[in-house]
Amino acid sequence: MEIVITGILISVACALLGTFLILRKMAMMSDAISHAILPGLVAGYFFAKGPDLFAGFLGALVAALVTVTLVEALKNTQRVGGESAIGIVFPAMFALGTFLVARFFENVHLDTDAVLFGNIEFVAFDRLFIGDVDFGPQSYYVAGALCLINLLFITVFYKELKLATFDAGLAATLGFSPFFIHYALMALVSVTSVGAFTSVGAVLVVALMIVPAAAAYLLTDKLPMMIGLAAGIGALSAVLGYGLALAIDSSVAGAIVSVAGAFFFAAMLFSPSHGLIAKARRIERQRVQIGLEALLVHLLNHEGEEGEAHESEMLHLSSELRWLPQFAQQIVGVAANRGLVMQLHGHLILTDNGRRQGQQLMVH
Amino acid sequence: MTTSTSFPLAVHDLTVVYRDKPAIQDVDVNIPAGKLTAIIGPNGAGKSTFLKAVLDLLPRVAGTVEVFGKPYRQQRQLVGYVPQRASVDWDFPTTALDVVTMGTYGKLGWVKRPGKAEHDLARQCLEQVGMADFSSRQISQLSGGQQQRVFLARALAQDAEVYFMDEPFVGVDALTERAIITLLQDLRQRGKTVVCVHHDLDSAPEYFDWVMLLNVRLIAAGPFDSTFTAGNLRKTYGGAMKAAIDHFAHFEQSKG
Amino acid sequence: MNLLTDLIFDYTLRNIALGAAVLGIVSGMLGSFAVLRRQGLLGDTLAHAALPGICIAYLLTGSKSPLVLFLGAAISGWVATLVLLRIVRETRIKEDSALGVVLSVFFGVGIMLLTFILKHNDANQAGLDKFLFGQAATVTAEDVNTMTILGVFALLVVAVLYKEFKIMTFDPNFAASLGFNDRWLGVILTSLIVVAVVIGLRTVGVVLMSAMLVGPAVAARQWTNRLEAMVLLAGFFGALSGVAGALISVSEANLPTGPMVILSLTVIVIISLLFAPQRGILWDIKRFSKA
Repeated sequence: MEIVITGILISVACALLGTFLILRKMAMMSDAISHAILPGLVAGYFFAKGPDLFAGFLGALVAALVTVTLVEALKNTQRVGGESAIGIVFPAMFALGTFLVARFFENVHLDTDAVLFGNIEFVAFDRLFIGDVDFGPQSYYVAGALCLINLLFITVFYKELKLATFDAGLAATLGFSPFFIHYALMALVSVTSVGAFTSVGAVLVVALMIVPAAAAYLLTDKLPMMIGLAAGIGALSAVLGYGLALAIDSSVAGAIVSVAGAFFFAAMLFSPSHGLIAKARRIERQRVQIGLEALLVHLLNHEGEEGEAHESEMLHLSSELRWLPQFAQQIVGVAANRGLVMQLHGHLILTDNGRRQGQQLMVH
Repeated sequence: MTTSTSFPLAVHDLTVVYRDKPAIQDVDVNIPAGKLTAIIGPNGAGKSTFLKAVLDLLPRVAGTVEVFGKPYRQQRQLVGYVPQRASVDWDFPTTALDVVTMGTYGKLGWVKRPGKAEHDLARQCLEQVGMADFSSRQISQLSGGQQQRVFLARALAQDAEVYFMDEPFVGVDALTERAIITLLQDLRQRGKTVVCVHHDLDSAPEYFDWVMLLNVRLIAAGPFDSTFTAGNLRKTYGGAMKAAIDHFAHFEQSKG
Repeated sequence: MNLLTDLIFDYTLRNIALGAAVLGIVSGMLGSFAVLRRQGLLGDTLAHAALPGICIAYLLTGSKSPLVLFLGAAISGWVATLVLLRIVRETRIKEDSALGVVLSVFFGVGIMLLTFILKHNDANQAGLDKFLFGQAATVTAEDVNTMTILGVFALLVVAVLYKEFKIMTFDPNFAASLGFNDRWLGVILTSLIVVAVVIGLRTVGVVLMSAMLVGPAVAARQWTNRLEAMVLLAGFFGALSGVAGALISVSEANLPTGPMVILSLTVIVIISLLFAPQRGILWDIKRFSKA
């Protein structure tokens, strides 16, 4: 139960930020940050002489801001593309972190594997004691605080975030610094990453930020709705993922992400507005509509002409309108079903209704 | 319908959909041989989309495209293409000559490498656009006009019968503009067909002899003088588009 | 001098250095195209996407031979490529988000499978994860052979299709109008990058792989304005950082090879960005202060 609650809190905290990462086309920046904070974490522990939560946070935050600044600086040299800048900076930071661990922390418990995977299964063991009173798992407070901070940030700066996301230029001229919004968002991404990766690991933090928000983006066009959906999908993934992990006795974090992935692919296929199936249907409908119009206009054009009999032959139709035979048959079928044409001895004749519609099209 | 073999480009009922909205709808047009044709229309009218759909770079929902009577795919060798200059990264590590040599790749086919013959041809084409001195220049060190001329030289190296050009006059200097005009007229003299997406209503009458007015649907197509009329322009740009009409009035005056 | 003789005669060091050098050459050369196509993060996604393939290959065969695991990694990297293309082409999700989604979902599924294997199998699965996090120190001669064969194959394809890759990278629309189908060429190029990634997983690991593709290419671009030279130079820089990283990691006890390779590479990138003739940032500063 404690694992589920922690999972939900972290998922929601991540999804709140993820929405803006997706919209600002910065999804991979969160991947970079979640890896690049390693040297900061190590440095923090080094100065605190042990795995101190606060020192870790501080170090990670500094490392994240260094990463963001380095990426921006590299981009601004005009010699490196944005994605390449990210692709160099975060492995360099991670390598530095691994090097520092190997050099100075041989015997400190900081496993790079744990950084990557996390261990949500153990949340129940790290408890918060004040005096002798058990206040529940530490992770409640960390994850809960992250949720609260992120929620506060996006409600207080909602207007600014929205503006800076959709029109950075306008935001700047109105006096909202896109620069501030950018770095504030990045700072929160890094704090959330640190807070979350002790339980779900670096890569899975990225998953929880991006995947539910991306699924939500396929389901709605409204920003508040997207934020809500992202948080909902994240929370639901946490619950179902935990169940899945129990069922097959496997990693909880991995299962949560797998479920979130399933939500994404379901949205990709079945979303009524942006799904692949809906899209294919729309295109098919358009093809039929275009075909119908062409057929009506064609028949109308040749109505009463000498060659009418010839022009309305099925076979001639497909060559005249350059349709494949199957398509011609489909269109004629639809037209007959809607009572626009009638078939008579292999010829097509417009009904009154079909003639009227054809004439309307001609007027266009 | 059999007459369409003589047309360098015969488009039948072309429809292209972009994000559920038709970008091009039901366009039916035959472009005559040996003419300079302008495709004119407002922003978002689907001018570039039309070219790309013709070249099979975009999926079409309906319609057929024929080049000299056969589907485009069978006639690639007869077609030259000049994309918009802004569509590529000019910081790409290569030289002007190398870009022009790419024009010969189509005839070379898969795997075969360009050799001396191809490089000589490319050099000639650079010379035709007045860029012989820049052949080994890195392309990012060329001016916008020079880059455009490199693109034109590349199309020349394709040695095609019909050329499609996407806004070749955008953002070029006066010198390049003259060079392009001379080149187009030269192509016409050699019996080639050129189809240009064109923006500038002022210069269009001077440069082109055929016009295709497009705004998602084909508004009108035909010889320049009889097609480029106030009525057709108003239909193309919408009644409220005063600027277009003013341009036209200006053009009428200068003609009269 | 000692290091040099070790490099030739010491079995472990020779394998580490060779493995890293093969990786550097292959990823440097292929990375050049990826970087110019603005796909610098593709390698990162493909590297993460390899995990479920490794696990499934092991679950199906029970074998840990490098070829089987390489193959599993390659297949799931390839599936990830197709999924990625599909998302970018057919939905409103932008490339950046699509990369993130594919990366994390594939990796998440992979982690689930990996823990499943760890919990349900006997001790036999030990070492499965070294295919992911790169333990260059355990690279065997067999691994090096497999990597070399894969690498030579990938580079041969690049040599044969060089003209096509070049034109598709520079101007995909024009290439397609000539009949060089950019969709298929893109899939071929990405598949070759999958090969590079698979080689890299064993040596530097999943997290650092993206730098092996991007770093050498970015460094090489600063020194030359010709694609041919850039591709060759990137291969050289990749190999150089591979060997340098290997040497540094054995010269001092307890230094992991992968990170040392990446740090060596980072130094090469920084030097190139600052000092390369014409494009070096320092020359800009000098010109600026003179003006």
